[in-house]
Amino acid sequence: MVVQALIDQGVDTVFGYPGGAVLPIYDEVFQQNSIKHILVRHEQGAVHAAEGYARATGKPGVCLVTSGPGATNAVTGLTDALMDSIPIIVLTGQVPTFMIGSDAFQEADTVGITRPCTKHNWLVKETDKLSDVLHEAFHVSTSGRPGPVLVDIPKDVQFATGSYSAPKPSTSHYQPQVKGDMEAITELVAAIETAKRPVFYTGGGVVNSGPGASQLLRELVDATGFPITSTLMGLGCYPASGDRWLGMLGMHGLYEANMAMHGCDLMINIGARFDDRITGRIDAFSPKSKKAHIDIDPSSINKVIKADIPIVGDVGHVLEDILKVWKSRGRKTNSEAVAKWWSQIDEWKTVDCLKFEQKGKVIKPQYALERLEALTKDHDRYICTEVGQHQMWAAQYLGFEDPNRWMTSGGLGTMGYGFPASIGVQMGHPDALVINVAGEASWLMNMQELGTAMQFNLPVKQFILNNERLGMVRQWQELLHGERYSHSWSESLPDFVKLAEAFGAKGIICSDPDDLDDAIMEMINHDGPVLFDCLVEKHENCFPMIPSGKAHNEMLLGEAETQGVIDAKGSVLV
Amino acid sequence: MSALKLKKGSTSHSAYNLRPTFSDVVEKHTLAVLVENEPGVLARVIGLFSGRGYNIESLTVAEVDHQGHLSRITIVTAGTPQVIEQIKAQLGRIVSVHEVHDLTVEGPSVERELAMFKVSGKGDKRVEALRLADIFRANVVDSTLETFVFEITGAPEKIDAFADLMRPLGLTEVARTGVAALPRGD
Repeated sequence: MVVQALIDQGVDTVFGYPGGAVLPIYDEVFQQNSIKHILVRHEQGAVHAAEGYARATGKPGVCLVTSGPGATNAVTGLTDALMDSIPIIVLTGQVPTFMIGSDAFQEADTVGITRPCTKHNWLVKETDKLSDVLHEAFHVSTSGRPGPVLVDIPKDVQFATGSYSAPKPSTSHYQPQVKGDMEAITELVAAIETAKRPVFYTGGGVVNSGPGASQLLRELVDATGFPITSTLMGLGCYPASGDRWLGMLGMHGLYEANMAMHGCDLMINIGARFDDRITGRIDAFSPKSKKAHIDIDPSSINKVIKADIPIVGDVGHVLEDILKVWKSRGRKTNSEAVAKWWSQIDEWKTVDCLKFEQKGKVIKPQYALERLEALTKDHDRYICTEVGQHQMWAAQYLGFEDPNRWMTSGGLGTMGYGFPASIGVQMGHPDALVINVAGEASWLMNMQELGTAMQFNLPVKQFILNNERLGMVRQWQELLHGERYSHSWSESLPDFVKLAEAFGAKGIICSDPDDLDDAIMEMINHDGPVLFDCLVEKHENCFPMIPSGKAHNEMLLGEAETQGVIDAKGSVLV
Repeated sequence: MSALKLKKGSTSHSAYNLRPTFSDVVEKHTLAVLVENEPGVLARVIGLFSGRGYNIESLTVAEVDHQGHLSRITIVTAGTPQVIEQIKAQLGRIVSVHEVHDLTVEGPSVERELAMFKVSGKGDKRVEALRLADIFRANVVDSTLETFVFEITGAPEKIDAFADLMRPLGLTEVARTGVAALPRGD
């Protein structure tokens, strides 16, 4: 019944790991050919792979794991998906209903443990209700603000036979509003018409709203000529090669993007949530602007930053209405003032905040990413990352032309996310070039998935910027803790080439900038998983940076400016 | 319609009408939350309050519509206007929650609480306790030669006042139900 429900929901891929309490479902999986099952090596990997699959395809990702440790291992992935609003459905086995509460073997209170890290979860105790709950799980996961859901199925419920009902449009009371309030939309259009220093600030909500939303966004941005910046989660909604693109904003965002946010008079937040990585010091955040906030989740509005024009609705629907109203009122903007605003922005751009110098025989991480960008940008390319400095550099130095091409753990910041995510992406796009930009420490957190990549012939490229350090931790210790580098270096690292070969994969090591291009080409051209050990400068810091407790216009641009920049109040922030 | 122009059932309202001032004044609000009567729903609501660091001053819950599988949770909470708005919005996004009503801003409402007080004493104190109970319209629901159990119903403030009076007279145990509240009129 479970497999039938998944097939009827259009699922073609399931990531999972069997165990005692989920064997009846695995027996069903064995006896069919419609759904591919990807055997991961750890349940955390299954959830991240499902996240990568969901993010890259726009379809929900599905996991199947067992009770107890299977479920608890899934918790990190569930929390990650909750923070980044990724639609995934996790099915967990549970001990039989008559043993629940008896501390049975591999029993855990799965719905209790996962309640705060799912959008919703269910424990199904009656087989007759199972199919309806599974269909509702897909509805809840993908409607409104997407998120992870979990269905816990006791083993006796799996064994029993019950009546199956096919999916039908959900009749539950959970039907989030998608159309924005027209009065508010008209107020926003009026603000667009008169704004002197406008900026679009977009986020992952645009990706989640579907490719149509990105098209509408591009139309609106290009028609108004307003500058646009994006959060880490929203990269690709507006093309990096577009005229109006300012680059990413936030803690490690571009100078021009943050200065534009600070100095604007109209901020149009589309599907972003004023995260603390974006706002910096709240009371100094964009002090002179009127702020419009479009979000499908009413709780995002006024949570951190007061919205002057709040609009609850789906980004795609709201953008469509904005364009309609704006066009019907004569496509007006204050073009003279906006041109002046652009000349100010162009001045900020001359700071060239991402400049670096590749000299000597040690590869700079920025240079490695610049070459990776140059040699892969014309491919059908998907990028995943782990978490840390390499993630920020990837966001800064790689260009994304389309949504769903960039998979990274933004909200939770989960080291170990990228490798399994890249496996999920490759499952969704078997012929594409899938690269995971990683740090050596993050990559080791889920390295067991190399077995998965080999077993299913998934040619994922692991591009490891190896500085033998927890680079971001090291950077903070340098800036904040008197250069006392407590446990932030990686000792006893494996020989990554031999490690790759031990799994039957290809390993490449590169330490000389002159060899880099050839090595990257070798990685791209190899038909199979590649572990690329790129030895980079060990003490490079990630700039620009807004230090904790500072405002957007107080960015650090380089090493010279870092002395004593974070005060006692800022140092308690993360 | 409330002072904030909140439509009834604020899970479906437009946030356009939702413009709290970011003031620091802590206000006490009574929320009525209609939820699906299913296992774990109370844990979802309480987990939201503990997980996000909100206050619960009192909480009552009971099924109110057996056929519709609905329970009503009445929560008294305190916070700045921004926090109160967040609490309502966060409650509204719990999948099992049907409606969230802020009785404090959605027009006048009546609040009642039931409490039981055990008072033990002899002589004058015992007589005085009985006399005060009469004034507060509290009923004696159990009596021994040295104790009374009083039952009192009323607004929380009235129950607080009664507790203050009973304390010097030998108050030994208190049980309170928490607030149940309904809007007045239609």
